[in-house]
Formats: sequence, structure tokens, C-alpha cells
Amino acid sequence: MSAMTECPETTGEFTEVERTVINRLQTGLPLVHSPYKAVADELGISEQVLLHTLQNLLDRRILTRFGPMFHAGEMGGGLTLAAMRIPEQDFENVAAKVNEFDEVAHNYRREHELNMWFVVATEAPDDIARVIAGIESSTGYPVYNMPKEEEFHVHLHFPV
Amino acid sequence: MTASSSPEYLTVVPEIAGVGPVSAWGLLRLRQQLERGLPLTPRPYQALAELTGLSEQEVMAAIRQWQDQGLIKRFGLVVRHRTLGYTANAMVVWDIPDNQVLNLGRTLARAPFVTLCYQRPRRLPDWPYNLFCMIHGVDRQRVLSQLATLIADQGLEQTPHAVLFSTKAYRQRGGRYVSHD
Repeated sequence: MSAMTECPETTGEFTEVERTVINRLQTGLPLVHSPYKAVADELGISEQVLLHTLQNLLDRRILTRFGPMFHAGEMGGGLTLAAMRIPEQDFENVAAKVNEFDEVAHNYRREHELNMWFVVATEAPDDIARVIAGIESSTGYPVYNMPKEEEFHVHLHFPV
Repeated sequence: MTASSSPEYLTVVPEIAGVGPVSAWGLLRLRQQLERGLPLTPRPYQALAELTGLSEQEVMAAIRQWQDQGLIKRFGLVVRHRTLGYTANAMVVWDIPDNQVLNLGRTLARAPFVTLCYQRPRRLPDWPYNLFCMIHGVDRQRVLSQLATLIADQGLEQTPHAVLFSTKAYRQRGGRYVSHD
């Protein structure tokens, strides 16, 4: 398990227990009857404290969810990364139009000539082309479609 | 996800390793429940069993099989990295000769601060880059110094690349499908 070389200075925002729980549970949960108990034992805290800490982090929206991250492409859905080149004066307007599409999952402004980058996720692979055509006709700008050709496995871990 | 789109995991005979055939509808319900998150109760797999009509053993075996097949990427916390202090988000893109891209992709993915690494098609003439990495860091300067280290370590000084920091998120949705950011 790799860890990032840097930790942000968030020591003031989280208790020691919260930091321990966040760092440990990013690496996964065991498939045993009482998985929270197993992790709590490992961390030297009680199961009740662990569950309470998790619920509290969810309630404060520090965590989005606890559970599996599904692989859209593998589950039969379509998924791609798309980019657009939008003139400054039109950017906000086009961003609003793009975000009207339910299939747009993330939309970031980035510092480049291609300045709008978003993910398109659909229930069926064939729907990607239709959604991209829809975005092009709604906005009047071309969409660069850059689907994944190969994924390289990383250890996603954000130590706090 | 609707049943009508008949994704692969419903059309293949749902034979789960270790427990044999399992109800396809139970598995669909299990997936829908898991997308909402794992119950925060002492016996979460038992709780999922009660919600889906499967047995606890079937739930655990199905999750294990989905992990082994790569349908489930990670099974743990889905963090809001910005909230954790990781606010610098750089997409680093490289123009790599096609015969070297697999090797370099594997190498870059091993760097501890690289959080995603994909090969994607070039879109010539406007976009020459075919290898994409994400680096999440605490601040820009630190991301740039991590990148400089990576370039020096791998001898990539002559490799064309670009760094695209994000400046604004216009939409971020919960990671039902992807954690791209």
C-alpha cells in the first residue's frame, strides 16, 4: 500500500480517532461477518466508536459514501472523458448547458486551450455518442471524446 | 441502472464462486443497495442480505467475486478529497510513442501521488497527448515539485507534456460510477 509523501496540514480539523479511521478505511473493509469490529480491533478502538465516527463524518459531508466504487465500464455502462474549447465570454453559458445533461458526472474548468473537461457516464455504451452529439447541438461547439484505452492501476489514498 | 438494459452481470448465469447459482434479481438489488453505501451496523452484510433476499453468505461471496472480477474497484471510504485538504488538482498529460505507452503508464501509476492513470486516444492536430495522470496535492507548488521529481526520476525531460490545473468544479456528483476528480 502506497501512501502519498505529503499530508495536508489538517491536524487541527480532525481528531486523532477520525484521522486513524479515515486513513485506515480508505484501504478497504474486510469481508467477514463483523467487519467493523475487525477494523476497530485493529485500530484499538471499540466498534461503537468506529461506527459513530463514520456516521459523524458522513453527516458532516467529509465522506461522501462508505462502500464500493463500481467500475462503470465493467458494469455494462458507457464512460468517457470529454473536452471542449470554449471562448471566455461564452464559458459560463456553455457550462450551464453541458450540466443540464444528466449523464455529465463531473465538469471542471482547466487552464488550457481545451478549457472544459467533463466525464460522461451512461447506462449503455452506445449512449455515449448520442449524448456527445446532443451536447454539440445544444452548445454549438465540438466535443473531443477521449475514452479510456488502458487503465493503469493506482493506489488511491489521501492520508490526513 | 434498469433491468431492461441487461448488463452483462444479469445475462450471464449468476454463478457465484463458493455458493453456486444465485438469484439474478437478488444480485441486482444488492448492487443497487451497495451503490447507496454499506450499512453502518455491526453486521452490514447480514443487513444487506435482509434487504435483498439473499443470504449473508451469498452477499459476501458476490462482493468477493465482483472485487476479483474488477467490477468493484475499491471497497472503502469514498472521500471528498477537497474537504481533506487536497485542493490542487492537476491533470498531467503526455505525448508518448505508442510502443512505450504501456510501460510508462505502469511506471507513472506507481508514483505515490498519482491518483489516476489512463491511456486515451490523441485527437490530432489539437490534442497530441495519449497518457493522462491525475495528481492531487495540498497546493500547486507541491504538485509541481512532485511532477519535477517524477520527470527527473524517469528521464522524461524531453517528453512533451502539459499540466492542466483545475480552477473550478462546475459539477461534482457522488461517485456512483467514477471518481475522476
